[in-house]
Amino acid sequence: MTVRWAALAQVALVGFGVAVSLVVLFTLGVLGLSARAAARERGAGGGLGQVVAGLCFAGCAAVVLYGVHLIAFG
Amino acid sequence: MEASLLVVLVVTTALIFDFTNGFHDTANAMASSIATGALKPRTAVTLSAVLNLVGAFLSVEVAKTISGGLVDDARITPAVVFGGLVGAIVWNLVTWFVGLPSSSSHALFGGLIGATWVTAGTDAVHFAKVVDKILVPAVAAPLIAGLVAAVGSFLTYRLIRRARADVVGRGFRAGQVVSASLVSLAHGTNDAQKTMGIITLTLIAAGSLPSHAAPPTWVVVSAALAIALGTYVGGWRIIRTLGKGLTSIEAPQGFASDASAATVILASSHLGFPLSTTHVCSGSIVGGGVGRRAPDVNWGVAGRMVLAWLVTLPAAAVVGAVAGRLSASGDVGTALVAAMGVAVGAWIYRASRRDPIRPDDMARRDDGAQPAERVEPPVEGRDSTPVAV
Repeated sequence: MTVRWAALAQVALVGFGVAVSLVVLFTLGVLGLSARAAARERGAGGGLGQVVAGLCFAGCAAVVLYGVHLIAFG
Repeated sequence: MEASLLVVLVVTTALIFDFTNGFHDTANAMASSIATGALKPRTAVTLSAVLNLVGAFLSVEVAKTISGGLVDDARITPAVVFGGLVGAIVWNLVTWFVGLPSSSSHALFGGLIGATWVTAGTDAVHFAKVVDKILVPAVAAPLIAGLVAAVGSFLTYRLIRRARADVVGRGFRAGQVVSASLVSLAHGTNDAQKTMGIITLTLIAAGSLPSHAAPPTWVVVSAALAIALGTYVGGWRIIRTLGKGLTSIEAPQGFASDASAATVILASSHLGFPLSTTHVCSGSIVGGGVGRRAPDVNWGVAGRMVLAWLVTLPAAAVVGAVAGRLSASGDVGTALVAAMGVAVGAWIYRASRRDPIRPDDMARRDDGAQPAERVEPPVEGRDSTPVAV
């Protein structure tokens, strides 16, 4: 009976690290969008919010593409 | 029975299992998106079906063994495979009827273990592997996915406290669509693969294919279509349990659950410790509910779900054992098992029509309120009846 605890721990750690980072990154992107919407309501440009949102969502998109790559060719 | 006739029977049964696998697992990927209104019910199952179809064609790693080493593949005959499949299908139908998300893989493994045990003997079942491949993952998957989703959900709600509600709702619903799609795609590659493996192995055993042959194109196409069709039909009973029964899902929480599930599934299948999609997704939905500002989890439903997980393998094994023993006894036995399988399927289908669950029951009202509904799975205590097959 060999339970591969090391492999299990690795799945837990990688899953935790990647998923929590991804969720936080996406949330920051949504905060950027929210800031942009608030700024526009005040008549300001909201450019900073837009840049933050763009960077965060680009990061998320990269992770998702890597996920698709893993599914297709992993 | 003519060997070729038995092969046709096994192939057909395998495709039926693939179909039940599809509608049983639609909920894993789509329940939370449907619950938050990120996707309309019909759109969600269509998207999931297409991605399952694509996923089934994408995979390059051919399933070489149907059993993953749980049973001695060399001692499996088509009659054993048939018995195992009937066990898996019956258990999938029963759990679908009571609306409980249980692992289709566990049902399949259980059926095969039971059928192999009674026909080939105890030593043909590798019990040490059962611990490594089934018991430990079954406990670990929901815990890992639940913890990840709880932390993700908690941090999300901390961060969005001052954000605009409309932007938050739109943003996270969009995120949900992407993460749910990833789960569907991963599901297609994993689960359609199992059916292709079964059919290929049966063809090899019957001498229609050389050993170590890759699945013929028609096998790949039919398995992909069967799982996609099943997904499209949509297991609304299970979708209701996961989307509404466990916890009321809000968009940020749903995104945290879906993203956690997708990540854990991908991490597990690529780091060599496969976890059941069902266990991961159910665990992450509960975790998302725990991590929210005002935690809201129906632990009664969660408990019943865990009970179904525990019972799945032994229950499918019992049905598989009886079906395997009968079908291995000769033509009459095989025909009898087929007839009883059809009868149980028809009976459960008829019973489900008396209390139908439709896509409209999942829809969210525009004001954000949930339509009046019964959260509890409709029937209790019937779990054991069809096991008497």
